[in-house]
Amino acid sequence: MGEFFHMGGYAFYVWTSYGLTLIVLLANLLAPLRQRRKILADLARRDRRERNMK
Amino acid sequence: MWRFFHKMGSPKHFYRIAGAWIPWLTMICAGFMLVGLYQGLWVAPADYQQGESYRIMFVHVPAAWMSLFIYVVMAGAGAIGLIWHMKLAEVIAISSAHIGASFTFLALVTGSIWGKPMWGTWWVWDARLTSELILLFLYLGVIALHNAVEDKRTAARATSILAIVGVVNIPIIHYSVEWWNTLHQGPTVTKFDAPSIDVRMLIPLLLMAVAFKLFYAVVVLMRARCEILQRERNTQWVRQLAGGSY
Amino acid sequence: MNTRSTSRAFTLLLRRDLTLAFRQRAEMINPLLFFVLVTALFPLGIGAEPALLRSIGPGIIWVAALLAAMLSLDSVFRSDFEDGSLEHFLLSAHPLSVLVLAKTLAHWLITGLPLLVVAPLLGLLLDLSADAVWTLIVTLALGTPVLSMVGAIGVALTVGLRRGGMILSLLVLPLYVPVLIFAANAVDTASAGLPITAHLSLLTALLALACSLSPVATAAALKISLS
Repeated sequence: MGEFFHMGGYAFYVWTSYGLTLIVLLANLLAPLRQRRKILADLARRDRRERNMK
Repeated sequence: MWRFFHKMGSPKHFYRIAGAWIPWLTMICAGFMLVGLYQGLWVAPADYQQGESYRIMFVHVPAAWMSLFIYVVMAGAGAIGLIWHMKLAEVIAISSAHIGASFTFLALVTGSIWGKPMWGTWWVWDARLTSELILLFLYLGVIALHNAVEDKRTAARATSILAIVGVVNIPIIHYSVEWWNTLHQGPTVTKFDAPSIDVRMLIPLLLMAVAFKLFYAVVVLMRARCEILQRERNTQWVRQLAGGSY
Repeated sequence: MNTRSTSRAFTLLLRRDLTLAFRQRAEMINPLLFFVLVTALFPLGIGAEPALLRSIGPGIIWVAALLAAMLSLDSVFRSDFEDGSLEHFLLSAHPLSVLVLAKTLAHWLITGLPLLVVAPLLGLLLDLSADAVWTLIVTLALGTPVLSMVGAIGVALTVGLRRGGMILSLLVLPLYVPVLIFAANAVDTASAGLPITAHLSLLTALLALACSLSPVATAAALKISLS
């Protein structure tokens, strides 16, 4: 197991690469999720504003 | 069959259908990725020359493939949007730009990290890496142009032209950079291109490639849905959607 | 424009642009001065050892040419956009790509062709051999039109934008890379005394491609920008 993490001495390079990959993939997943929530919240707010004005 | 495409062309239906597909695609993608990672990090043997560091290939190469694939999809969707005035095609095109740019960035960084133990420096002007760098700038140009134009429809059409010009230029740029590289290359041979790859290394590579493609499908659908919400924000169905969400 | 033949429209537009440019002759000097100045900065920055300058000279001159071309691109459509003539071109009965070609040709004659005249001077500054200077002129002759035409696409995409100039470089410089690579290397190879037919063929191919495709792309981009 220790050998697995050690990666023949290249641990830093291999794990940094995979770590960065994970970060990039997660960022790509989270960004649209947050954006969607924000858009819907903004639209709801606008809706409320328009209804209050009537 | 045509009704399916016709329905897909409608933003409202696309929103709903994409929303149904996303969870399934995510699960399948996760499956491929887990198996691919297991095969690549555990099962595949160490390389004769590079030892364990070659395993970076399993993320670097698929990322590089995706960076090109996504640009072509972006240009194709842009062309479809321009020629047939399909809103959905425009949406897919611009949704792809950020994803493609991030894969290009990933390919560059993992390529650079892979190069360090091999060539001793963090950056080499290898033909592939240099092409990826220029590709990153092409992506950034599309994103910058899209952000600079205020009207969404005009922005989509302008970036479609840019993407098409870019896709025509990519083979030219790639060829010229390769040619340039052969002139100035030192004695080291690029390790990004193993002459004959062991099947135990090929399998995780292909698995990760499929996983990345599925990942792109998931994220582009997610982004496209956001884009559609913004474009269609004054329509009835979006108002209902937003109204019911609080 | 009150003409029936498209080729007559082409010539008229070309002459109009050249006349307008000649009225502001001082403006025409600016890209040239930039070209020379940038090139002259390099020895100041890296040291004036002749062997070094000779080896990097072609690259420097070509990068300076790229930058000079890019800086001068704005003038292709800017003044027409501001006074509304650009919209007239769009409404004209003549194909927009032909009109675009006329404007781009005018732009090249004003900003690109002078670079060829100045090139020997730069060859002198960077201690280039006669072969190298001659090749430099030929590559500039083949390459600068490509820069103008490909650049025109970028200008057309950004002409309506407020800060268009800034992203213009981002859009256009990656597309300039093949020209830079083939041209700079041609000069390098020529100064080593080797044949450059491959380079010149490639540059000619790029020129042909640019001539045939870029006016169409530029016209499409203009229509979108002005919509």
